[in-house]
Amino acid sequence: MTLAIGSKAPDFSLPDTAGDLHGPGGGAATVVVFTCNHCPYALAWHERIADVARDYAPRGVVVLAICSNDARRYPRDSYAAMQERVARDPGDWPMPYLHDATQEVARAYGAKTTPDVFVLDADGVLVYRGAPDADSDDPAQRADWLRAALEDLLADRPVARATTDPVGCSIKWAA
Amino acid sequence: MSAPRIELLYWEGCPSHPRALAELREQLAATGLDPESVEVREVVTDADAERERFTGSPTIRVDGRDVVEAGDEPAILACRVYHRRDGRISPVPDPRDVRDALRRALTAHGRTPSA
Repeated sequence: MTLAIGSKAPDFSLPDTAGDLHGPGGGAATVVVFTCNHCPYALAWHERIADVARDYAPRGVVVLAICSNDARRYPRDSYAAMQERVARDPGDWPMPYLHDATQEVARAYGAKTTPDVFVLDADGVLVYRGAPDADSDDPAQRADWLRAALEDLLADRPVARATTDPVGCSIKWAA
Repeated sequence: MSAPRIELLYWEGCPSHPRALAELREQLAATGLDPESVEVREVVTDADAERERFTGSPTIRVDGRDVVEAGDEPAILACRVYHRRDGRISPVPDPRDVRDALRRALTAHGRTPSA
């Protein structure tokens, strides 16, 4: 079941590619992005999401990227492959890349696709869920839906567009 | 003169095939081929993927040849990663790659592609 807007998001603690644990909270907002290595939608949107992490870090926004895919059937999404990807281009990762080996976090959030974006306020309440912007093929969109949600949240306004349809590859659940 | 065989293989777990089919039909019309001539086939199981040498959704073949060679990519039920000619990553092939594949096939069939 998908997490509802206005509900408290589940807490979690997941390892990044160096083994350090991360979870939501500790900032003005947390952006949780379910993503992966093998999906063209996730790859196409990656740089835009990384730019959001860079641009909003000074304003207290924490971005957490999570890979939850079943690595047995999709070895490109294994923890080792995640580590290799970050090591290859560390500048592309201004946010930690977390491994959800049991898929429990993806299930708890009701994530459906890569990417699937969840924005939590400082109290861990969900205020936005959906796609980064309207078109994975158009870098000029700059993750505008995600940015608009953050601007509303940081200005203490209700998020005007709280939900959009997540678009991307299906999360690869273990059998 | 014969016409090339046009196939689009897709996996339902990836949302890109309607767009891929629409763009393929545009290129078929632009090169003088019947846009309705596409054989659309769903790949459902891992066994299907192995049998079809399916390296991701969508896969477009012209006379059995992939419009973008997949190299030694393994058969898999997943979305396929394409690269646009400007370097962008995309879930569908660059329409110019599709067009070029169609034009090559038409020439091989002794036909002259439309401009």
